[in-house]
Amino acid sequence: MANTIQNNVNTTNFNLKYRQDFAIIAGWIGFGSKVLDLGCGDGTLLQFLRSSLETKGYGVEKDDANWLACIQNGTNVIQMDLEAGLSGFEDQSFDTVILSQTLQAMHNTEEIVQEMLRVGHEIIVTFPNFGYWRNRMQITNGSMPVSKTLPYQWYDTPNVHLCTINDFDQFCKDHKITVIERKVITEGQEINFMPNLLGNLAMYRLKKG
Amino acid sequence: MVKNNSAGTHITNTSITDTSSIGIVAAQTAYFNEPLQLKSGEILPQFHLAYETYGTLNVDKSNAVMICHALSGNHHVAGRYAETDKNAGWWDNLVGPNKPLDTNKFFVIGLNNLGGCHGSSGPSSINPTTNKPFGADFPIVTVEDWVVSQTRLLDYLGIKTLAAIIGGSLGGMQALQWSIAYPERVKHALVIASAPNLTAQNIAFNEVARQAIMTDPEFYAGDYYAHHTVPKRGLRIARMLGHITYLSDDAMGEKFGRKLKDTLKYGFDVEFEMESYLRYQGDKFAGEFDANTYLRMTRALDYYDPALEYDGDLSAALKNVKAQFLVVSFTSDWRFSPARSREIVKALLDNELTVSYAEVTAAHGHDAFLMRDTHYHAILRAYLQNIEV
Repeated sequence: MANTIQNNVNTTNFNLKYRQDFAIIAGWIGFGSKVLDLGCGDGTLLQFLRSSLETKGYGVEKDDANWLACIQNGTNVIQMDLEAGLSGFEDQSFDTVILSQTLQAMHNTEEIVQEMLRVGHEIIVTFPNFGYWRNRMQITNGSMPVSKTLPYQWYDTPNVHLCTINDFDQFCKDHKITVIERKVITEGQEINFMPNLLGNLAMYRLKKG
Repeated sequence: MVKNNSAGTHITNTSITDTSSIGIVAAQTAYFNEPLQLKSGEILPQFHLAYETYGTLNVDKSNAVMICHALSGNHHVAGRYAETDKNAGWWDNLVGPNKPLDTNKFFVIGLNNLGGCHGSSGPSSINPTTNKPFGADFPIVTVEDWVVSQTRLLDYLGIKTLAAIIGGSLGGMQALQWSIAYPERVKHALVIASAPNLTAQNIAFNEVARQAIMTDPEFYAGDYYAHHTVPKRGLRIARMLGHITYLSDDAMGEKFGRKLKDTLKYGFDVEFEMESYLRYQGDKFAGEFDANTYLRMTRALDYYDPALEYDGDLSAALKNVKAQFLVVSFTSDWRFSPARSREIVKALLDNELTVSYAEVTAAHGHDAFLMRDTHYHAILRAYLQNIEV
């Protein structure tokens, strides 16, 4: 259940016309790289990376409609449930493994990050920052946050593991994951000052050890 | 409305006036006089293959698609032989003008495999050296042998490269083998409800089917033609067993449940609808299929294992593959389960090949690959539309 909805996150959380996060991801990926995009939605990101960086690779998607959209736009896509891990993929067989806007909806959060680190030389993880001031405001006012980035009601949300930037920094430290680079954006603007308060979307470029 | 009834045949109620039907078709035969070296070591001095084609071969000869059949299929993939024919070809729901495998775009070839009983050289065809049916003398043929014989048909038709090779189940094994043995001759391989080899359980089912046939007193060690009889009882049981495994428990429950034919009679005649269905299917099949062919088809399934010469390493077996792949499995298919398709996908990924994989949620078990499911057909349509010819 959670997964079916989770895979819509890519397309519903963002205004497709404006993808600052795509530009940042592209900046972290080398020309001609081999990329695996987990929870790839309709394949928009992979299409963007193919056209801008001539990347090769695959998307992983569980939802039937998204899967079909990938095929229609020429994206290689493997239909499987990320919760079961990445056993179909060999160690270090990708330059970059991406988990865009999906971490918060995963049940096996630790496992998927470890699996990504196993399969990719580098990984990119992006998630909505729960510490963003607008979310905090809504909680202060007594309600669960609902926004463009978190467009669900408490009772129908696929998001089961929401976290803040501080939480994720600690997660990386605890799991001995190196943060190569971190960018935080709000409405397409990069946030450098008090990112855990002013940042809406957190983007991490990570590697093992 | 499609009523599916086996892994090789189905009944469609679509009318001949249906504009998406290919219409009236005719079978053809291609004769080959160059000897065929078989994997078993035997040599077939000459052979012929029954085939049908749909659509038009383009000038570049770049739009050919070959369909490989499964256990009990044949070359009659689509259309009808006469307007009065009740049944269309076995994959008529897929192949035709504007259908997912669009004959306005592709030139589609269906053939009856070597060893078959629908017009190609097989145990029931006449051995030219004896002028009698081959019977038990017809050699054992393998998936590898079939693919070699299929290249002969392609040569005969003057086609160098296939835009796509398509097959479900045992047909999927042939599609996979095409990509391994003839990487330059196949651009796309669609491997549906298939596996890179059979599991022990699958071999076991095949062995029970074969034992049913071979222990039938009418079998006469495979030479029943000379005795003017047919091991119908054995073939019937073999087919009944097959049908059980092609359906899922849920699909059977939904279709038949514990429905009774009539009131209980407290005897061993048909009491349940399930029994009635199995007996009907068994009788029908035993009346039209050749037992020796059935034995050989199941053996071809058992033997196929491309990873064998690579110490079980399927990825190594696929190292020369160039084709792009679409692999499809069905969630309720326990005879060729999704896990088996994922093995193929993994080997393709290991070789950095172009592959997409769909796991279709379907209730109908192995038979689902022959059925008209909206999402499944949308998958095939989308993939085939993107193939450049």
